[in-house]
Order: sequence, then C-alpha cells, then structure tokens
Amino acid sequence: MTDATSSLPRRAAKKPSRLAMLTTRFAENRLAVFGLFLVVLAILAALFAPWIAPQNPFDLATLDIFDSMLPPGSTGSENGLHYLLGTDAQGRDVFSSILYGLRTSLIVAFSSVGFSMGIGLVAGLSAAYFGGALDAILMRIVDIQLSFPAILVALVLLAILGQGVDKVILALIIAQWPYFARTARSAALVERNREYILAVRCLNLSAPRIIARHLLPNCLPPLIVIALIDLASSIAIEATLSFLGVGVPVTKPSLGMLISNGFEFLMSGSYWISLFPGFALALVIMGINLAGDHLRDILNPRNS
Amino acid sequence: MQAFIVNRILQSLIVVLVMTLLVFAGLFVIGDPVQMLVSPDATDIEKEAVRQSLGLDQSFVVQYLSFMRDALHGDLGNSFLTGAPAMDLILKRMPATFELVICAMILATGIGLPLGILAGLRPEARSSKTIMAGSILGFSLPNFWVALVLIMIFAVGLGWVPASGRGETVQIGPIAVSFLTLDGLHHLILPALTLSLTKMALIIRVARAATREVAGQEYIKFARAKGLRKNRIVGVHLLKNIMVPLITVIGLEFGRTAAFAVVTETIFSWPGMGKLLIDSILTLDRPVVVAYLLLMVVFLVFLNLVVDLAYLWLDPAAREKGRD
Repeated sequence: MTDATSSLPRRAAKKPSRLAMLTTRFAENRLAVFGLFLVVLAILAALFAPWIAPQNPFDLATLDIFDSMLPPGSTGSENGLHYLLGTDAQGRDVFSSILYGLRTSLIVAFSSVGFSMGIGLVAGLSAAYFGGALDAILMRIVDIQLSFPAILVALVLLAILGQGVDKVILALIIAQWPYFARTARSAALVERNREYILAVRCLNLSAPRIIARHLLPNCLPPLIVIALIDLASSIAIEATLSFLGVGVPVTKPSLGMLISNGFEFLMSGSYWISLFPGFALALVIMGINLAGDHLRDILNPRNS
Repeated sequence: MQAFIVNRILQSLIVVLVMTLLVFAGLFVIGDPVQMLVSPDATDIEKEAVRQSLGLDQSFVVQYLSFMRDALHGDLGNSFLTGAPAMDLILKRMPATFELVICAMILATGIGLPLGILAGLRPEARSSKTIMAGSILGFSLPNFWVALVLIMIFAVGLGWVPASGRGETVQIGPIAVSFLTLDGLHHLILPALTLSLTKMALIIRVARAATREVAGQEYIKFARAKGLRKNRIVGVHLLKNIMVPLITVIGLEFGRTAAFAVVTETIFSWPGMGKLLIDSILTLDRPVVVAYLLLMVVFLVFLNLVVDLAYLWLDPAAREKGRD
C-alpha cells in the first residue's frame, strides 16, 4: 500500500519509514548505486566546471593555436598546460570542453524534463480528475503525438524554431510532455476512486487543492521513474540533434556538439576529440538508466 | 466490427489532415527562403519577383489551400534549391531508406527474438542477466554514439568495411538496391547494424516478457506432460502465442525506425530520404521538408492503422472487444 492513510498506523508501530526502506532496497543493487554515483559525479563536475577545468574553452585568450590537435597527455608549448585528453582543432583542451559541454547538456536535460513533467502532471491529473470532454481532447492530442517518434517531433520543431539552447529546451518539452501526461493520468485514474479522495471530496475542498495536495503526492512514484528515464533520453536526443547540426549553437557546445566537431577528424586518426566527449555522454546516460531501471523495480508495488 | 474499422480509418484521416495543417503552419513561419535563393546584391524588385513566382506573397490560407489542392494531385511543390519536384526527390531516395530499415528490422528480430525467448525461459540464469544488461545498453546509449564507435573499430581501426556511401547497386526495375552485390552488402552492414541495436533491445524485452507469461500457462505444462520435445514446445506452442505482442511492436517500430534512419543515414552518408531531410533543413529548402514530413505522417498513420487491424485479426479476444 502506498497511500498516506495506510502508512500512518505503520509508523505508529515504529517500523522504518518508507523512504528509509526505499534507500535500503536501492542500496542492495550495486550496479544501481554505481549509476547514481556516475550521475552525482556528472552533476558536480558540471556545477564546478570553472574551478575544475584547467582552461576556459570559451575564452579565446586562453587558447593557443599552436597547441591544436595534440594527442592525450601532451603538454602545451607555451602555457605549460597538461592536456590530459588532448586538444581539438582550435587548441581547446578536450577535458575542459567536456566539463563545460556537460553543463550545457545537463541544463537542457533538467530544464526540459522539469517543464514537461509540470505540464504533463497538470494535463494528466486534470484529465483523470475531471474526465469527460477535457479528458477526451487531451488524450487524443497525447495519442496523436505519441504515434510520432520524439526525435522526429523535436527535429521538425527545431527546423521551425532555429538553433539555440532555449529552442532545444522548448522542442524537448513539446516532444516529451505527452509521456508524463499519460503516466500521470493512468496513475491518477487508479487513485481517483480510492476512499481518501472520496473523503476529501466530501469535505468540499476545491478541485485544484484536491489535485495538488491529495492526488499529486500519491501519483508521484511512477512519474519519478519516467522523469529519470526521460532525463536520459533528453540528454541523448539533445546530443543527437546537436550532432546533426540543428541543436545548440557553436558558441555553447554540448557533448553532442563536441562529438560532432571531432567527427571529421575521426577518419584521420585523431580519435580523442570525438571519443572522450562520447564516453562522458555514454557514462552519464548509462548511469541514469542503471539507477532508473532499479528504481522502477523497487517502486513497482507488484514487486514489494 | 465494421463500424470499428470505419471509425478507425476516419480517425486516421483526421490525424493526417490536422498534421498537414500543423506542418504547414509551422513551416510558414520558418526563415525567409527568398533570402536564400537570390544573390546577396539583388534589388528589392528582384526579390519581390522571386517571392511572387513562388507564391509566397499570398496569405496563409490561400497558400495552404493551394498547397493541399496540389498535394492531393501528388504535387508537393518544387525544391527551392534544385527546382526538381520535391516528391520526386524523396521518392528517388526512398528505396535506399527502406532497404536500410528492412535490413535493420530483420537483424533486430533475427537476433533479438531468440535472445529474448532464451532470457524469458530461464530468467535467473547468468546468460539471461547478461542479455538483459546488454539490452539496457542498447536502449540507453545514443545511437549516433554507437555508430561512431562502430566506425572507429570496424572502418578506421580494422578497415573491414567502408564508413560511408551505398556501394555498388543493382537496378531492379526503377529501384536500386545494395544488398545484391558484395560491395553493397559491405556498405550496408554497419549502418543496418547500428540502426537495429535499439530495436533489438526492445524486441528482447518484449519477447522476454511475453515468454515469461506464456511459459507459465497450462497448455505449455500440458505439452510438456505429453512428452513433447523442448524444441517443439518452444518453436510451436510458445512462439505462436508470443507472436501477437511481437508483431504489434515490430509493426509500430518499423515506422519509428524509418523516422530514426535520419540519424543513421547522416552519419554513414547513406543516400536515403533522412539525409535529404537534414540537408534540406540546413539549407531551408521548405518544400522538401514539408514533402518529407507529409509522406512520413501518412506512412506512420497508415502503419498504425494496419497494426491495429492486424491485432484485431490475430487476437480473438481483441476481436470480441472490437465488436461491441
């Protein structure tokens, strides 16, 4: 049982709290913990990029064109910098570029997931709570959108909107809110007929209040899982779009953009420009998925 | 039953109509193509002439209606860049895309289905866990990144296969195909494998879940009690019953794969319609983008319809429901 009323007597009997139980169960899977570790590491690296990175890749004054295309482990000719992962065609330190690129990638992913989750929640919960015409119209829109792949929707939107970090975020929100709306609706449909909702309805509380205070908290677990999975796919889609040249602008490269920049040098053997940002991207996405996959198993009431 | 089918077809038509409006409205506001076409030192009068010759000076509604009238006659306008009919450009590229997609789906099903059944029959075995871990990787790693790694290993590192192009093709009627020549196969294998990986992961998951469900049923136990060989139980009794969810997934994914081929084609310079789409987006060639999208919308909606009807035909339980 997941709802608040049934956990009250449990707490009275001094059983460990639900959160503590979840944490213990999450920690049982070493792979999932490793995934979470990767995610936290990526977030920290992105947050503290200016302090960790040996070089600011956007500051042209710190770049040295004589240091271009240096293989990993080289030392700069004049500034004496140690290029751990080599440099690109402009003499940019690949390691620093990755840290800054991670920033762009994570900003795009977190904001697009945040907004699409918000929109999806409002749409899905109201559709389930009010039913009728609102439900029919909203779910028809969701159905239509879900029959087209998210990447195609985002691609078309960017063809219309043009390049830019804000535009990528907007395109991702529009492409991904239906997933949240559908999940929120199906969770809310189950909760709507439970006794506690009927009870608060008898108290004559306003609909927004019932939805926000009573329905929402009980529909959250499946949505958190969707949010995690979506976070990974947002990063992947953004990277793909940027790789294709329709995503973020050159001035604010994400990991996908960095990979794209190095792609032309791949054939000539300068693998490091593309490969290392690629590894960073793959590790972040894998980390999120490992943690998300296990979380889904834990939160699934059928397994507990 | 008939009412359900008619209803479903009507719905599909409405979706197509709404999408044409959305696509057209969206691209109506895209950057000004006249700026791309005329030389930088063209006078305003010259620009205006180009604008008029393309019909871009008309109002939105007039443009949409004339666009729809032409579209119903199979005319989706001419490319701003080459002047060739947009429809022809796409149709010429379509066989390459479909060849790639069909090969990818065959690979995905041919490898994914046995692995999925295997993982479903013995869910606790080490091999099954490895298969499932692999499917998580196939799901989560960005496809273009996998393509890059495969290019690095097999094209740059080992030099076994070329990294781009379509190779030698054979003409079958109006259609050129690669898979009949050795050189063409060489070019095809890497992009097809890349494109198939995500789908393979999905098919593994679906096949595993379906197998686990079916393997516990009474009729499987009965077949085993009868002393049937394991191969026969799995190959006939089990396979037949996991086919319904699988065909649904494979059908729907076929459309998604065709759309996703955009990425694979761009990386491998595979001359399909997906690469054409990206090139056209980057050069603001509006008619080609619109034509691609409309064809894709019609294709995806049609595929959804076919899968729905196939589901009805395959699954007696759903047929009962459809009758109400």
